[in-house]
Amino acid sequence: MLRFLIRRLALAFLVALTVLSLSFALTRLAGDLAVAIAGPSATAADVAAVRIAYGLDRPVLVQFADWAVRAAHGDFGHSFFFKEQVANLIADRLPITGTLGLTAIAIALAVALPLGILAAVKQNTWIDRLATSIALFGQAMPTFWFGLILMIGFGLKLGWLPISGTGSWRHYVMPGIVLAFTAIPALMRLTRSGMIEVLASDYIRTARAKGLRARTVVLRHALRNAAIPVVSIAAVQLGFMLGGSVVIEQVFALHGVGYLAWESISKNDYPVVQAVVLVLACIYVLLTLIADLLNAFLDPRLRTA
Amino acid sequence: MTDQVLQAPIVLPRRLRHGGFVLGAAIVGLVVVAALIGPALVPDDPFAQDLLKRLVPPMWMEGGSAAHILGTDQVGRDYLARLVYGARISLLIGLSTVIVSGLIGTTLGVAGGFFGGRVDDVVTFIITCRLAVPLILVALAVVSLVGSSLLVVVVTLGLLLWERFAVVARTTTAQVRNLDYVAAARAAGCSRGYILLREVLPNILNPLIVVATLEMALAILLEAALSFLGLGVPPPLPSWGLMIAEARDYMFFQAWVIVIPGLALLVFVLGINLLGDGLRDLLAPEGRA
Repeated sequence: MLRFLIRRLALAFLVALTVLSLSFALTRLAGDLAVAIAGPSATAADVAAVRIAYGLDRPVLVQFADWAVRAAHGDFGHSFFFKEQVANLIADRLPITGTLGLTAIAIALAVALPLGILAAVKQNTWIDRLATSIALFGQAMPTFWFGLILMIGFGLKLGWLPISGTGSWRHYVMPGIVLAFTAIPALMRLTRSGMIEVLASDYIRTARAKGLRARTVVLRHALRNAAIPVVSIAAVQLGFMLGGSVVIEQVFALHGVGYLAWESISKNDYPVVQAVVLVLACIYVLLTLIADLLNAFLDPRLRTA
Repeated sequence: MTDQVLQAPIVLPRRLRHGGFVLGAAIVGLVVVAALIGPALVPDDPFAQDLLKRLVPPMWMEGGSAAHILGTDQVGRDYLARLVYGARISLLIGLSTVIVSGLIGTTLGVAGGFFGGRVDDVVTFIITCRLAVPLILVALAVVSLVGSSLLVVVVTLGLLLWERFAVVARTTTAQVRNLDYVAAARAAGCSRGYILLREVLPNILNPLIVVATLEMALAILLEAALSFLGLGVPPPLPSWGLMIAEARDYMFFQAWVIVIPGLALLVFVLGINLLGDGLRDLLAPEGRA
């Protein structure tokens, strides 16, 4: 177990380090950063001044080391546009994205688990086909378009929910549903196939032969084993959702980190973009790490991996 | 007799699945035909503006006319012509992205699966890193930095969407590597390159084709999202995502302006996915569907 833990922690650290380098490299991709910062109307002297002011005249490796050390301490420098610490900007916006992500994964699990279980228990019936169809549509649905359609339906025609903004919990319902749909197909398929496999196993036959109620067998005996892989995929999906929330946040004008990133991208505010990419990637690494540890805890067979 | 009994539960769902395969193939076929010869059938120019005929509704709605079957957009361009031209863009992006990402992913996956050991560790690590990178965000940032064009979108998506190819190529190669015919080829003195290209690759091709359909669907959705956010295909090219973005200001008054391009996107992607699922069943060895 200890060996597994160390290996897994080392891997998480290495991945975080690699993403750190990548997000630094990302901003150097465009060519001369000083020219981009100074703007289109800058003279050669302006560009030179910017280059020195931002420390861009130093060797790239020195810049990288400097940035990496600061980033590791949570200091991402100043935003070019907001005139504020990037770390503060992100800290302000992160709760909104976090709320959105957690709402979405809760909705996704609330839909995918019962549907997946039902589809497995009643294999090849209408409910199984319904579940499969939902998964197919979820996979093919353009999220931003789904959001707009919900806005027209629930926001404009029915007037049930606010169309945009962040005032109350009601603002998170529609974006939560839209984002949940990106995770429902994977979660449901996994629940279904896991349940089918477990339901065919010997210990389930024993439980049934003992005369236990069908409900007890499915929910207490089968689900426990079938849910193990679902836990880790749910964590991974939550990570994907946080990363993919940029589109949904823009559609619903939710001012989370995704929105911040989108604004910053259109304003060439590189320190912010860099930091958001890094923070979201680190959250993903952390989530997968937690999922792996949780899995090893739930399923002793995985601990040797 | 026993054969029939054994096969009955397999054959029936297979046939049902084939229904999906046929539907998927029909949808994809229709879009491909529309993309290839559609512009010849639709008389209107997708770029020609007519400010006197803005937001004319589709012909079946009040105020619509047969001159513009699907109506016109906010600057009076024929919606059907733009939709058909948009199919070209989606198809082009989907296919070229899959070629780029397929090459990257398959190379990495086959290397990891075939050589194992250190090489495999490195490949697995690269895949893990790629998964940690927030896809849309990085794509947006790259397109914004480099400047948006069809080529930039394809290259960016191609460089980001290879991980499923790599995962599948890696596991299937690792299985194939230990089979007798690879050992036989080795014993016969075939070179490593020959074994990889002539013995391994053809035998892992089927699952990779299935991945290609899924990735193509994903690439099309991502291009639409990028274009919707203004960092994908540059206007005035009629990408479906861009059409939705441009129509967004009018959607509360005339919902059809976003329903039409959105439905096109949904149905096309659904078709590709159905085709992929069907292919997986058809290509799977008997009884393992």
